[in-house]
Amino acid sequence: MSTQPQPEPTTPPPESGLPKVRFWMVCALILALALPLQLSVDAGLFPDVLNPYYLHLLTIIGMNIILVASLNLLNGYLGEFALGHAGFMAVGAYTAALLATKVLPGAAALPPVIGTIGILVVSLGGAMLASAGVGYLIGLVTFKTVGDYLAIITLGFNMIIVNAIQNIEFVGGPRGFTGIPKNTNFVAVAVCALLTIAVLRNLIQSSFGRVWVSIRENAIAAELMGVSIARAKNWAFTIAAAFAGLAGGLWAQNQQFITPRSFDYIKTTEILVMLYLGGMASLSGSILGVVAYTLLMELLRNLLSAFAPQLAEWRMLISPLILIIIMLTRQTGLLGNREWRWLRPRPGA
Amino acid sequence: MKRLTLALLPLLALSACKPTAQEIKIGVSAPTTGSISATGQSAKNAIALVQDEINAGGGVKVGDKQVKVRFILEDDEDKPESAATVFQKLINQDKVLAIVGSYTSKCSNAGAPIAEASGIPVVSPWSTNPNVTKGRKFIFRACFIDPFQGRVVAQFATSKLKAKTGAVLYDVASDYNKGIAEVFRDEFTKMGGKIVGFETYNTKDTDFSGQLTKIKGSNPDVLFLPNYFNEVPLQIQQARKLGLTAVMLGGDGWDNPELVKLGGKVMDGTYFSNHYSPDIDNPIAKGFIAKYKSRFGLVPDAAAALTYDSANLILKAVATAGKADSKAIRDALAATVGFQGVTGNITYGGSGDPVKGAVVIKVEDGKFVFDSAVNP
Repeated sequence: MSTQPQPEPTTPPPESGLPKVRFWMVCALILALALPLQLSVDAGLFPDVLNPYYLHLLTIIGMNIILVASLNLLNGYLGEFALGHAGFMAVGAYTAALLATKVLPGAAALPPVIGTIGILVVSLGGAMLASAGVGYLIGLVTFKTVGDYLAIITLGFNMIIVNAIQNIEFVGGPRGFTGIPKNTNFVAVAVCALLTIAVLRNLIQSSFGRVWVSIRENAIAAELMGVSIARAKNWAFTIAAAFAGLAGGLWAQNQQFITPRSFDYIKTTEILVMLYLGGMASLSGSILGVVAYTLLMELLRNLLSAFAPQLAEWRMLISPLILIIIMLTRQTGLLGNREWRWLRPRPGA
Repeated sequence: MKRLTLALLPLLALSACKPTAQEIKIGVSAPTTGSISATGQSAKNAIALVQDEINAGGGVKVGDKQVKVRFILEDDEDKPESAATVFQKLINQDKVLAIVGSYTSKCSNAGAPIAEASGIPVVSPWSTNPNVTKGRKFIFRACFIDPFQGRVVAQFATSKLKAKTGAVLYDVASDYNKGIAEVFRDEFTKMGGKIVGFETYNTKDTDFSGQLTKIKGSNPDVLFLPNYFNEVPLQIQQARKLGLTAVMLGGDGWDNPELVKLGGKVMDGTYFSNHYSPDIDNPIAKGFIAKYKSRFGLVPDAAAALTYDSANLILKAVATAGKADSKAIRDALAATVGFQGVTGNITYGGSGDPVKGAVVIKVEDGKFVFDSAVNP
């Protein structure tokens, strides 16, 4: 929105030499840790340190990173105020659930690991395609609108999706979709989250990203420079929707049950809160925002339940209060418009 | 900030390491905040009552010694994703032996796969969707599923009202109505009655005279209307206008004060089945209602009564199993026969859905009055 603080230039100040920690190193480290972590939790090793509850939280964090980073593309880099992200997620979740349960169950006859990975890859691919298609249409419809008007249109779209699914008996209607196989685990989510960050990081540094930022900074000037605003916006919506669909597909196959009400505007709001907490136009911010928000909520749950159970209901009051304090002291979010060094592009690239 | 976040991490582990005395831990997943927080409050109150009752007597008997019981209540916000997290926490962090919860079917559906995979028995007080327990060994519920009411009403009609012939008019577009209607038809026939009319309509229809005229032709003793409270008064008014004298029956879809507001006089003398009634004539229920009223100043609702029963079902299973072991508790739960609860007698016959009593409520002078308890 136009009232948000004007961002600083996104290009980092020139630094000498390469950063010591590089993007690929972080990815490799996480991937190298993910599989042993998953296997040792599955095998029940060190049950006090590595229990499935912590792994569940890490999985949730991974899925939320995909959601928040992709919304950052629209709200942070493109500078729009989109309010329909949970709608894209719903399209992905239901597509993946349908593919995994009704179209592909035959693949379960394949050797266990290969079959599961196969179903997962195909269902996630389908989820991304379906939500990208919907995102493209939304981009087409909204190309003329900006600001608050775009917010209302995307909010309306979110409501349409939720209400439409509620009336489709084939996918369970309001009672939800049950019996989805558990095809995901932490490793799959970690791979998808890293993939999302890698794609978005490269896109944002590419000419695409520069175009989005130029539209945010000054749409008229960008148009005078020959930028096709409608096309650039359409691309942004399509890509953001595809990743939201990816997160939805993972969500469905992790939780094994989805219901349309889980994807209403309240979910969109939750994604927005994590986005603003982390900071706009910063992938580092998206990651940190998700981690901080998820840990804050769960820490409060654990601390209150262990030391002050009579205050447990105040959790929903204490956590927003902490959020308000953070936002008051850091008005651009934790990392608004700044990136960790390892997420910045190579100098001179 | 990054360092601060990292510094907070050990706290998560710390809260898990709080030393605990020898006790039986049972988890509760209830929506104490969110859109149905009133239900969560009822659950919280009922759990507090159960915990104090059992510990006042020294705790639950496990083998040859008494062990105190601690209920760990977590808020699932009536959101499936939160319910999944709560189940993970209760099972893996708190290491509970069993779980009471969750309340809405959507939350139970998200939590159930986790409990099933971990082998932790769950008793849901309030989830009526058949999918919650279907195909699962460790998931039970304390309430009956919707179609079960068809059986309750059929029994009430044949034994108490001595009905020989019956007819049904139901909304074919809704699962709830259709399920109850079909079960009523089958059970009524099995109990020696004869179904003389089985008519349908679609949601939002307002003229039922065609179907009702057809039913009038066979002049049944009872007319079963397993439909919602907003449509039933219209159906009964039209039936009476056509001269139908049958006794009108319904299910828990009638349970709303609007029923008598819309229907007025015409509703008098009708009956419907329900989970529970505060006027229920049963010593356990009377004791529970008195204690609940004096402690919380409220008349317990169905959610409170069902929570109380769920928690006590688990405690009884722990005592029967004789050891603090989830698998043994599950087996004891599955073998429960004739458990006497606030909401009636509960027996599990091979599945997680109970065979249990229901209450029949009579509409009299615009009021819902307890008529009888039906124990199949």
